[in-house]
Amino acid sequence: MNAAQEISPVNSSPRRPVDSLDTPVRVSPEGPAPVVAAEPPKLTVKNLDAWYGSNHALHGVNLTVPPRSVMAAIGPSGCGKSTFLRCLNRMHELIPGARAEGTLLIDGQDLLSRDVDPVTLRRRVGMVFQRPNPFPTMSIRDNVAAGLKLNGIPGNHHEIVERTLRQSALWDEVKDRLDASALSLSGGQQQRLCIARALAVQPEVLLMDEPASALDPIATAKIEDLIHELKERYTIVIVTHNMQQAGRVSDQTAFFYMGDLIEVGPTEKIFTNPSEKRTEDYVTGKFG
Amino acid sequence: MAPDTHTDKVYEAELAQLRDRLLVMGGKVEAAMAGGVRALTARDPALAEKVISGDKDVNRTEVEIDDMCRRLLALRQPAASDLRFITTALKIVTDLERMGDLAVNVAERALDLSHSPPSRPFHDLTELADLSASQLGKALDAFVERDVKKAEEVIADDDLLDALYSRLFSDLLAYMMEDSRVIRRATSIMFAAKQLERFGDHATNVAEMVVYMVRGTDVRHPGSRGGEGAPVPTV
Repeated sequence: MNAAQEISPVNSSPRRPVDSLDTPVRVSPEGPAPVVAAEPPKLTVKNLDAWYGSNHALHGVNLTVPPRSVMAAIGPSGCGKSTFLRCLNRMHELIPGARAEGTLLIDGQDLLSRDVDPVTLRRRVGMVFQRPNPFPTMSIRDNVAAGLKLNGIPGNHHEIVERTLRQSALWDEVKDRLDASALSLSGGQQQRLCIARALAVQPEVLLMDEPASALDPIATAKIEDLIHELKERYTIVIVTHNMQQAGRVSDQTAFFYMGDLIEVGPTEKIFTNPSEKRTEDYVTGKFG
Repeated sequence: MAPDTHTDKVYEAELAQLRDRLLVMGGKVEAAMAGGVRALTARDPALAEKVISGDKDVNRTEVEIDDMCRRLLALRQPAASDLRFITTALKIVTDLERMGDLAVNVAERALDLSHSPPSRPFHDLTELADLSASQLGKALDAFVERDVKKAEEVIADDDLLDALYSRLFSDLLAYMMEDSRVIRRATSIMFAAKQLERFGDHATNVAEMVVYMVRGTDVRHPGSRGGEGAPVPTV
């Protein structure tokens, strides 16, 4: 027996040794802390409320969007995500009886202040809509240049048209027919044309309201690929009903429900381990 | 507000079916190891043969569960707790299959030993078998009940299993030193004991995945994610 006690079992378990060889470790159940960019946010939204008449559609939303990143807003119909998006370039107030209150800062400057001209704001914050809406009577070229002309922006429009069509990944497909009608393009091409039109006035922020919901999967993939490229230059906020799309394109995801911002966080976290039960229920399909 | 079930009832049923198949597989593995140990202690070669042939069924269930998981991932694009549940299923099915193999190993030793004269009983072997079986049972309960506390108990109790194995190991060594004629038999028992100890390790793996599934935090291998939690260098 004495001799036996001197011999210890061979390799009881590589993972849980009987004789602990483990070096003491600091256990961090949450994993490494995310690397926080030192850069100040591009967009800061503080206590944003919005109404349609007496209907209080958005309740005190607070969030920030870092520069050159994509934020996706998700949530069921009527949750306030589109209202939120439309507040960001003051399109919300175009609806009769609609109003918004709160602070919206771009690079620290308040853009909801009454001193700011909405037209100037919309040059800095461009918008792309759900259905491609090129100007039907205009050529491809004129569609892109429309915003420049409207804003009285001087300069070589041809150069800007080419640059923005390249940025929106449409140039190679339309360079030989710039004077053709915008309606000669496919739905996906029309949507990229609308993105080019929004980019021509050199905005800083690009808002996208379900930009691919009317498109087939291939055209959708092209838009999503484009979003990845545009992110290098622009700050993007996208509203989408397609949660997989939010997962594919965004860095952060904001979940809205019944006018409240329920949760905002890194997209990976929202789709693997959200903090709020309502977010969990929504992304796993337990609503209604 | 929202009910705790998926709006899509077919999806809900598919997830429930996956959980049920895993439990059935866990039950088969539990029974296989119990059978292997009984065949060993009761010197029952017929039972040992039954355990060995039964492993095909366990393997089939593994393939079936793998297919279910792949189908769910491809067709449902699961998120959040559903995603964690399915990836957990994919991982623990491998542990369960391996546990089935360990039961087969024990059954093979039982066959071998049934041809030799009986050796003296080792109380610790039975205890080891009971504890490793209860570890799997508890891990599976934790999985079904999404019970982190129970899973953590399984993780902690693995040390008991290791201590028991260590004691049995020493006992068997002493037994062999006293009488060299028993070396062959004692080595077989030692081998079987090792299978039980490993069985417990796999139960611990299952429990660790349950913690991940419920909490979304990985409790395995602290420090292996980035620099955080890495061993603190001692000067």
